[in-house]
Amino acid sequence: MTTGATECLLQLYSDRHELEDYQKGVPRWCPGCGDNAILAAVQRLCRDEGLRPEKTVFVSGIGCSSRLPHYMRTYGFHGIHGRALPLAEGVRMSRPDLDVFVNMGDGDCCSIGAAHWIHAIRYNMNMTVMLHDNQIYGLTKKQASPTSPIGLRSNTTPGGAVLEALNPLTVTLGVQNASFVAQAVDWIPDVLYQIVSAAFHHRGFSFIRIVQRCPEWLPKMMDPWLQDPSRVLMLDHEDGIRLGPDLARVYKNQEKHDPSNIHRAREIASTLDPIPVGVLFRNDSVPCYEDLRHDDRLRTAELIGKGLDAEFDKFTVWPEGREA
Amino acid sequence: MDKAATPRLPKAATRETKPRKTVRRLSEHVIEIISDSGEGAQRCGQSLGAIAARMGNGVWTVEIIPAEIRPPARSVAGASGNRIRIGAGRVTNGGNESDLVVAFNEQVLLGRVQARELKPDCRILLESMWREDRDPRVAASYKETYDRLVAAGYRVTEIPMERECHKLVSDSRRGKNMFALGLLCSLYSLDLGLARDQIAITFGKKAESVIRTNVLLLEAGYAWAEENLDFKFEIPATRSDRPQIVVNGNTALALGTIASGIEICAMYPITPATSASHYLSEAFARVGGVVHQAEDEIAACAFAIGASYAGKCALTITSGPGYSLKQEAIGLAVMAEIPLVVVNVQRGGPSTGQPTKVEQGDLLTTIFGSHGDAPKVVIAPSTIEECFYAVITARKIAETFNMVVVILSDANLSSSQQPFPRPVFQESWLAPPLDQSPVPEGAKPYEWDPETGLAERLIPGRPGGMHTVTGLAHDTASHVAYDPDINHQGLRARSLKLASLQRTLKPPPLFGDPTGDLLVIGWGSTRGAIEEAVAAMRENGYRVSSMHLTFLQPMPPGIKEAMAGFKKVVTIEGNWSDDPNDAMIDESNRRLSALAMLLRARYLVDIECWTEVKGQPIKPNTIRRVLMEKLQEVGKP
Repeated sequence: MTTGATECLLQLYSDRHELEDYQKGVPRWCPGCGDNAILAAVQRLCRDEGLRPEKTVFVSGIGCSSRLPHYMRTYGFHGIHGRALPLAEGVRMSRPDLDVFVNMGDGDCCSIGAAHWIHAIRYNMNMTVMLHDNQIYGLTKKQASPTSPIGLRSNTTPGGAVLEALNPLTVTLGVQNASFVAQAVDWIPDVLYQIVSAAFHHRGFSFIRIVQRCPEWLPKMMDPWLQDPSRVLMLDHEDGIRLGPDLARVYKNQEKHDPSNIHRAREIASTLDPIPVGVLFRNDSVPCYEDLRHDDRLRTAELIGKGLDAEFDKFTVWPEGREA
Repeated sequence: MDKAATPRLPKAATRETKPRKTVRRLSEHVIEIISDSGEGAQRCGQSLGAIAARMGNGVWTVEIIPAEIRPPARSVAGASGNRIRIGAGRVTNGGNESDLVVAFNEQVLLGRVQARELKPDCRILLESMWREDRDPRVAASYKETYDRLVAAGYRVTEIPMERECHKLVSDSRRGKNMFALGLLCSLYSLDLGLARDQIAITFGKKAESVIRTNVLLLEAGYAWAEENLDFKFEIPATRSDRPQIVVNGNTALALGTIASGIEICAMYPITPATSASHYLSEAFARVGGVVHQAEDEIAACAFAIGASYAGKCALTITSGPGYSLKQEAIGLAVMAEIPLVVVNVQRGGPSTGQPTKVEQGDLLTTIFGSHGDAPKVVIAPSTIEECFYAVITARKIAETFNMVVVILSDANLSSSQQPFPRPVFQESWLAPPLDQSPVPEGAKPYEWDPETGLAERLIPGRPGGMHTVTGLAHDTASHVAYDPDINHQGLRARSLKLASLQRTLKPPPLFGDPTGDLLVIGWGSTRGAIEEAVAAMRENGYRVSSMHLTFLQPMPPGIKEAMAGFKKVVTIEGNWSDDPNDAMIDESNRRLSALAMLLRARYLVDIECWTEVKGQPIKPNTIRRVLMEKLQEVGKP
């Protein structure tokens, strides 16, 4: 015989998940790929938040980044190139009881799916959105992406990329209804985790651009930033992320940035070097599209049947000559 | 010619004893009301159709829509309005050329004459104000057109509509349509009380004074016709003993969506599909449900797929160009086996084509579209009633077989109205509640049944069922697989589902005898016109039958057997086929119509085809002429 209390404890125990409960298979990313850091951060988040694996959905597009759902022991939807966001919006609209995460690459989000990105910001649906930005097409073998820096030599730009890179932060902050914008880098895992966590806790479209390394195609590109911590601008604020004493010692280039200040956020977003890291902007009062469209009524057969009949009445010709 | 300006009877006499008109009984009439756009001819026509339907007549209304929102006034291309076919019995299509036209100016009328949409001796009721127009060019153009029409044999009656309306309202241009409705109610002996009711329904959302003014205009038109016109018709009506619904195909699709239990419709505006979403947005307010206007067609499709994936089968609705854009996402739903209902209200193509015109050009693209082998179900409603039930059927098939089901409607069904028996809602039309039960140990998301190809879908929320669906080739556990055998296994399973569905279908019924000289096969909105033509020919002793296909993919059993009973088989379709008489065309290069190609490939029968792509519904008389030609070919050695 177990007492009620024991049963509760047992239930709590079975609801408690370890890191391994969210891990699946061996990631087939290159050693040193920034995707591994992002995967570790979200798995840790799932464990720390005690997310139920069956109530969690990772949606992705196509590319190296978009393999991430396959390595999560949750539900996942590995979609098509550029369309992760509308897929995730459909999931969210139909099932507000699920936690939705989105993983996309820079080609995925900023090129083929750019229209969806702009509109997803407007919809502000509650989801945690990670842009894995390695500034190159990886899976298709080294073509310039919209975020590739000018001059970058790639298979499609052998003489160097001719255009200025698109800045995902300024674009996102330029869209009316933006509610959460942050930037992380793959080589500071603790801060990456904090940012993913802050994004998860924000109700709305939480957009994180994660600057990540591609050891295969651009192995040295981020080296100058790795080697010189002052080329990272840490945004430290009680409404954003807090640097622990250890990190604070290394990353001395800091700014106390209040994420509610959109003008300063836009200035910071425009800074390319040093790379700003932290929560740039947050506005908790932007309504979520799924809430605006939500209907409290239970869609019972009775409700539908009655509603349908009322609609039929508008168009009915009754046998007796007048409306019944 | 009767000239309204000089009525035949002295005024005093008309007031006391109304002129005794002989009322001609008709079995049917095709009536048109045309104007510049914005003058309300469409509202007049729709009201006329609704009144006749309420009287118990068979009705089919067709919108006459210019491609532009505001084409220049008094232009040949600007004709906007409605064609209403009223019959003593059931009416299944728009019929042949018009018997009577009400025109608000001579230019829009010319547009219809040039389109050869009028019978040679068509009666025309023409607004006469232009004769006295201050602009001498307008007056001259009017007089010239009038004389030409009269010389050509049309029976033109001039009516000072604007002047008459001006006696009641200041802006007579806006009230003319209800005056015209009054004229027509008198001409066709329709119940004025029902017409008043109809105005109350039509303007129900507006102020009481608006309704009152429009009723006054209606009555004025009625009185004017009673007094001044020397002809009058009656089309006998028989009221159905069952309640009937009068809606167009798009409204029927939206009502079917509600009845099917679908609660998410993702769309992007496109003609001629959008009106379904307009109405659905309004009707969803009663039962809960979301019409999501996405940022583009691709997003609309992906949104619907996401919603379906999460457990609630969703709908996306579009027309040809939008369908093309959705193709990649449709392939994803096929590959990941996510149920989805896609409505394609076809219009003229390719490219922007003819947005407001009818065509059946998308059959092959819906069956074979998306790259690779992407089997999906394609059904084509052939009546307004079938538009309603098609969505319920589509959702059921989509969820039972985890497949994409495409409903092929078209611009003819979308805007045509036809009464059908009021459906009685059944709970079984709805989807079962979300299954959130734990998944048995070891269950996999794609445990394809080796015989049927079917697998139970594991939707998010079910403990133990966690997996990642993917558009990549995958094994039974949804793991990405590059193994050639696994790829084969997946393709086989997805294909087998079509065969499994096909096993449940019934042979399509034959219209007419099971044997004869000629069998006509059609699909979609041409049904009414084909069957009308076939019935007329059978009455004249010709051995012609027809068969109409609702399921185009998979095709039902029994088609080959049915064809075997006839000397010749021909498809009649609204898509392209080369004319065998063209100099460059011979048997080795002739491009055939869509259905003919499909039937020939499957049944190895030498099927003929005849098609027309003029942007108008194919007329029964045209089909009769074609079938007579085909019958003559049967006689040849």
